[in-house]
Amino acid sequence: MRKPSFTTAMLIVGLVFLYLPMIILVVYSFNSSRLVTVWAGFSAHWYVELLRDQQILSAVWTSLRIAFFSASMAVCLGTLAAFVMVRFARFRGKTALSSMVTAPLVMPEVITGLSLLLLFVHMAQLIGWPADRGMVTIWIAHTTFCSAYVAVVVASRLREVDLSIEEAAMDLGSRPVRTFFQITLPVIAPALAAGWLLAFTLSLDDLVIASFVSGPGATTLPMVVFSSVRMGVSPKINALATLIILAVSLATFLAWYLMRRSEARRRQAMLQDMTAGR
Amino acid sequence: MSNYTARLRRLLKPGRGWVIAVPLLWLTLFFLLPFGIVLKISLSEAAISIPPYGPIFDYANETLNVVVSFGNYLFLATDTLYVSAYWGSVKIALLATVLCLAIGYPMAYAMARAPAHWQLVLLLLVMLPSWTSFLIRVYAWMGILSNNGLVNNLLIWAGVIDSPIRMLNTNFAVILGIVYAYLPFMVLPLYANLTRLDVSLLEAAEDLGSRQFNTFLRVTLPLSKGGIIAGSMLVFIPAVGEYVIPELLGGPNTVMIGKVLWEEFFHNRDWPVASALAMVMLAILIVPIALFHRYQSRELQE
Repeated sequence: MRKPSFTTAMLIVGLVFLYLPMIILVVYSFNSSRLVTVWAGFSAHWYVELLRDQQILSAVWTSLRIAFFSASMAVCLGTLAAFVMVRFARFRGKTALSSMVTAPLVMPEVITGLSLLLLFVHMAQLIGWPADRGMVTIWIAHTTFCSAYVAVVVASRLREVDLSIEEAAMDLGSRPVRTFFQITLPVIAPALAAGWLLAFTLSLDDLVIASFVSGPGATTLPMVVFSSVRMGVSPKINALATLIILAVSLATFLAWYLMRRSEARRRQAMLQDMTAGR
Repeated sequence: MSNYTARLRRLLKPGRGWVIAVPLLWLTLFFLLPFGIVLKISLSEAAISIPPYGPIFDYANETLNVVVSFGNYLFLATDTLYVSAYWGSVKIALLATVLCLAIGYPMAYAMARAPAHWQLVLLLLVMLPSWTSFLIRVYAWMGILSNNGLVNNLLIWAGVIDSPIRMLNTNFAVILGIVYAYLPFMVLPLYANLTRLDVSLLEAAEDLGSRQFNTFLRVTLPLSKGGIIAGSMLVFIPAVGEYVIPELLGGPNTVMIGKVLWEEFFHNRDWPVASALAMVMLAILIVPIALFHRYQSRELQE
């Protein structure tokens, strides 16, 4: 029996640090007291309150719709960008394109949000569109920064793909578009799914950019949560947080279970996609 | 082989232009162009109108007048609030990045050395928090750090302190929040880098009589430079412009540039000053962003 090393101990401490606050949050969401920090007995009262809150429910619906459309568009754009970065030979503007693809990964959100809003204001003055800001402007903003994540995830998978199968298909007379849809796409499908899920959660989670580019018509869930959290800690938000944590854990567990069932090689590939994702 | 690639390239030719054009156009329109507009508005004067800034180009009587004002930038330089906000942001972000590296490096190292079947589970465990809501995770600390929160209650119960220590609404809470929220982004690139490490080099060092710590310092650490740079930039750059964490966990003494920009924009409605703030922030971050980009493009070429 080997003594646990310093690094193993740090790993355990780090994981406890990452999970303990969330576990505390979940436990306290079942607190019956109005005061968040004083334990007064078990109750699911706040969950009932939460489900009665029309404002939160409609914000959830808005957020889900935006996230769905943003993730879908980001997968299309991100995949194209990844294809250009990995498969295409040097061309003028390639460096510019790949810089623009990776820059949103680190750009502070306040800068992205402000610059996009100013663009929309200018466009409205110049061409009269968008007349009012709302779901469409949030969709454009989210698509832009989510494509960056999708592009990185897909690019890392694309680099692993064996080119010879595509070449064989082309030799046998398949046209590029058909080769892409029948050979390349199925091979990179797990990366596309991972990229879509990543983009979906990123869009659901975004507060700062959405606050800049949204109008009075569209209020997303993070905006509602933020405005109530600013006032202080509230038990209703604890209940909401627990539901979010539960949903994400279930989705992650499902992804993990499906991956475990598929063959080891693909698992290795997915693992690399995920690490490249951030 | 080259015959096939040439053929592939030739076959791709007609569709190629479109494949390049679509993402390039989208990103130029919605990522590059907006920065030009921010630059333009930062050079204009604030005005009471909708939108609240004056025009730069004015065409009247067959003359084009270009009014460029550097007033916003001068204003930033002379008002100590903005200077200390920039300095405060860089300081807090730097400290948080160093702490993330100190905690994240050993974690990534242990993960990379773990048995293969454990690695995916550990990776999932580190990733999972970054997939759950950022806002919710920052919020969790509000309940833990507040005056009648868990930490203070525990300390009072244990008899360590008599009255609660003020932890929420301090710079300490902000740094803790940043470390907590961004730790996975430090661990992931480091882990990706360390798993690719050639183990034979470590064995060679050991065979030649190098002590374990010496091997780490002279072989592992230099080889993981790319991962350290990527992870540090993934933490440092967004942390400088962070808004949510200082707003929720910070106090009156926390001045961070993201928060100041937000207030200039939404509360004072001074769009030109907010734009100038963003431009200066971008100028400060240009070197870290270039560093990150260099690492990222090297990764993509491998």
